[in-house]
Amino acid sequence: MNTTTDNWHEVETTARRILGDEIVAHIDQCRQTSEPQSHLIGVLHKIQAQHGYLAEAHLDAVAQLMQIPAAKVAGVASFYHYYRLQPRGRFLINICLGTACYVKGADRVAQKLIEELGIQFGETSTDGVFTLEGSRCLGTCGLAPVLMIDNEVHAQVTPDQVPVILEKYLSRVRRESHASSGPTGSLTPLRRLP
Amino acid sequence: MTKLSINNVPVEVPEGSTILCAAKRAGIKIPTLCHVEGLQVIGACRVCVVEVEGARNLAGSCSMPVAEGMKVFTNTRRVREARRLVVELLLSEHNGECQTCDRNEDCELQALSAELGIREVRYGGERTRRRIDNSTPALIRDNGKCIKCRRCVSVCLETQHVGALFPQNRGFNTVIGPAFNLDLASVACVQCGQCAAICPVGAITERDEIDEVWTALDAPDKHVVVQTAPAIRAALGECFGCEPGTLVTGKMVAALRRLGFDAVFDTNFAADLTILEEGTELLTRLKKTLLDGEPAALPMFTSCSPGWIKFMEYFHPDMLPNLSSCKSPQQMFGAVAKTYYANKLGKRPEQIFVASVMPCTAKKFECQRPEMNASGVRDVDVVLTTRELGKMIRSAGIDFMGLPDEEMDAPLGLSTGAADIFANTGGVMEAALRTAHEIVTGRPLPMKNLHVEPVAGLAGVKEASLEIRGALPEWRFLEGAVLNVAVAHGLGNAQKVVAAVKSGAKQYHFVEVMTCPGGCIGGGGQPRFTTNAIRQARIAAIYREDEGKDLRKSHENPEIRQLYKEFLGQPLGEKSHHLLHTEYQTRARV
Repeated sequence: MNTTTDNWHEVETTARRILGDEIVAHIDQCRQTSEPQSHLIGVLHKIQAQHGYLAEAHLDAVAQLMQIPAAKVAGVASFYHYYRLQPRGRFLINICLGTACYVKGADRVAQKLIEELGIQFGETSTDGVFTLEGSRCLGTCGLAPVLMIDNEVHAQVTPDQVPVILEKYLSRVRRESHASSGPTGSLTPLRRLP
Repeated sequence: MTKLSINNVPVEVPEGSTILCAAKRAGIKIPTLCHVEGLQVIGACRVCVVEVEGARNLAGSCSMPVAEGMKVFTNTRRVREARRLVVELLLSEHNGECQTCDRNEDCELQALSAELGIREVRYGGERTRRRIDNSTPALIRDNGKCIKCRRCVSVCLETQHVGALFPQNRGFNTVIGPAFNLDLASVACVQCGQCAAICPVGAITERDEIDEVWTALDAPDKHVVVQTAPAIRAALGECFGCEPGTLVTGKMVAALRRLGFDAVFDTNFAADLTILEEGTELLTRLKKTLLDGEPAALPMFTSCSPGWIKFMEYFHPDMLPNLSSCKSPQQMFGAVAKTYYANKLGKRPEQIFVASVMPCTAKKFECQRPEMNASGVRDVDVVLTTRELGKMIRSAGIDFMGLPDEEMDAPLGLSTGAADIFANTGGVMEAALRTAHEIVTGRPLPMKNLHVEPVAGLAGVKEASLEIRGALPEWRFLEGAVLNVAVAHGLGNAQKVVAAVKSGAKQYHFVEVMTCPGGCIGGGGQPRFTTNAIRQARIAAIYREDEGKDLRKSHENPEIRQLYKEFLGQPLGEKSHHLLHTEYQTRARV
C-alpha cells in the first residue's frame, strides 16, 4: 500500500524542522505497523515530553505524517486533559490542594501564587517563566502545605514565602538568559504547504 | 437467528442484530437522533433507550445486540420519561429558534419533541457559545444548534474520507468542527454537503440564496434562465409529499415558469454536450497512447462532480492530469447560455442571469471558482439546491401537485436519455459508452436496453470491461482492445480506486466518480432524509425517464448538433476548449 503523498519530501522536511528528527523517526516506525493510526496518542505524548506542549504546528505535522485528518488529531489532543495546547513555562509550579495541605492553608498559598503571577490555574505567566497547576495529593502530607516547582519540593510553605521562592527561579532564568538564547525557537505553521 | 420479544411481540432476527434493528422488523418505532443505518453505532444521543427485563439500567437500543429470550419494552413509563428527559436536556442546550430556522418543519429534533409531547423544557443553564461559520459559499455551520450527534463527523470521515470535522475539546465544551477552531473555508472541505444532508437539526445547512434569484427575477433588464440538473426531477416531488422516486419533470418546468423565469432550460442539454466533449477526450487519450505511442494520462476520471474535483485538488494533486478537462455540465451550460444563447437573443453575457437548481451544495462553490467565467462574466450566477427550489415554490404559493406537465424551452432544454442518467452512479459511464461505442464502431452499444448493468446500482466500486469489435477504419487501432472502466460513488470509494490506480493494482482506462453516495440523486442538496431505499427509488425513476425518451444517446441530440454546426465547430475544437474545458489547481490541505 502506498503510504506517502506526492509532496512527501516537503511534508517530511517541514515535519523534521517542527517535530525534530527523533519524533519523525518514531512516527516512521509507527507507520510500519499494521495499525499506524493507533499510535496517535503515544506520538502526542512523545511530542509533549520533548516540546513541553502540543502546538498547532506540531499537530498539523503529525496529521500530515500519520495521514490522519488534522481535525481528528486536534480533536484527540483537545480531548485529553493530559495534553497541554499552550506553551509551558520554564518552570512548572504544582501546588498540592489535597486534604492535608488544604487544611494547613494551601488555599492561601495558592491565592498568593495567583496574585504574584497574575495568572489562573492552567495558565502560563506572560514572561513564560511559570506555569501554575494544582494537584490533589503529592503524597508528602507530612510536609503540608507543599508545592513542587519542576522536581524540587518546597515544604511547609506560607503565603509570605511565595515571592521569595519565585524570585529564586526568576534569578535562575536571568542567569540562564546570559548563557544562552531562547528555549525552543519559534514554530512555523505547516498549514499552508505550497 | 435469535428469538426475543419486544413489547410482548415475538421477533426473530439474525444473531448480532441490535434491538433497534429488531424493533424495526417488528414494526415498532424507536426514535433516535444520532443513528444512521450503515454509518455509525455510537449511542451518542441516548434517545433510543429501552427497558430490557432483568437489566438494571436502560439500554441504548441502537448499540445493544439482541440475546436469546430477551424481553424488551420500548414504551414503559420509565422509557418515556427517560426519553423525554434526554430530549429536554438536548433542547436546553439547543438554540431553538424554530420559526426562523432553515430546518423549520424539516428538523428531527423538532419533530421528536412534538412526537414526545414536550410542552416545556424544565432545564435552563449554560449553552454552547454560538459561533456561525459562513466562510464557504456552500455551507453554513451554527454550533449553537448542534446536538453533537456526530453524524456529520462519520459521514465526512468514513463515507467521504475527508475528515474536515471532528469533535474538539471535551464534555460541555465539545464543539464539532475543523482543527484549531478554523473555519471550513480554511480546511480541506470539499463542500459536498453530505453533512448538511445528514444533520438532524439546523447546525449545518446550505447557504440560502433564494433571495438572489428573486432579485434577478425582479430586475427588468435581466433575462433570467434556469437550468435543472437531471437529479432534481426524481426528488423535487418529495418536497411536496410525493413518494421517493416520483418523476415530476413536467410539474417542475411548470413551477419554474410560474416563478417567472424567462426560459426554463435543462442541465441535461449540457450533459449531452459533456458526453461529446468527454467521449472525444477519452478517445483522443486512447489514440495518443495506443496508436501514437505517446504517454497520455490514463485512466481518465470524469469531472462532473465538483466535490470530487476539490478532493483531487486537495489530496491527489499529482493525479490532476487524469481528470477530464471538461467542465461540469452546470458550467458548460452557463458558458453556452451566456454566449451562444445570448447571441441568439442579441444580448450581452451580463444581461443574462443563469440560475441553477442542483442536488448539490458543492455546485455553489463551483460556480464561484474564478476561472468559471468563459463568457467574460460569471457563467452561472446562483445555485439553488433541490430543497431551496422546493421552498421557493412553496413561498410563491404555487400548488405544485396541481400543476400541469409542461415542456422545457428550446434550444437549451432538449436532451436525450443519456443525459438523464447523469444523476445516477454509473450513469455518466453508461452515457459515455453509448456514444463512444457508436463513434468507434458505428453500431449501438451491444447491451440490453443500452444499460451497462455491471456499473449500475449501489455497490461502492463497480467495474466493467468492454471489448471493441468491428471498429470503423478511423478507429482500427481499437479493434480487439478491451476497455476497462470503473465507477465509484462516495469519496471513500473513490479514494479506494485512486489508491488502486496509484499502486498499479488496477489498470483502468476510464473511471467515473460521483462525490455523493448513489450519485447526484443522493446529493447534499436533496430532500432529507436520503436512505439507500430512497436512493434506489430515485435511481429507478431516472432510468424510467431515460427509457421513456426516443433519443437516448447524446450524439443524437439535434440541438447539440446544431450548437456544433452553428457555433462550436467540433468537440475539443478551439471554441470548445475556451468555453467548455478548464484547468485544476493544487490546494494545500489541513
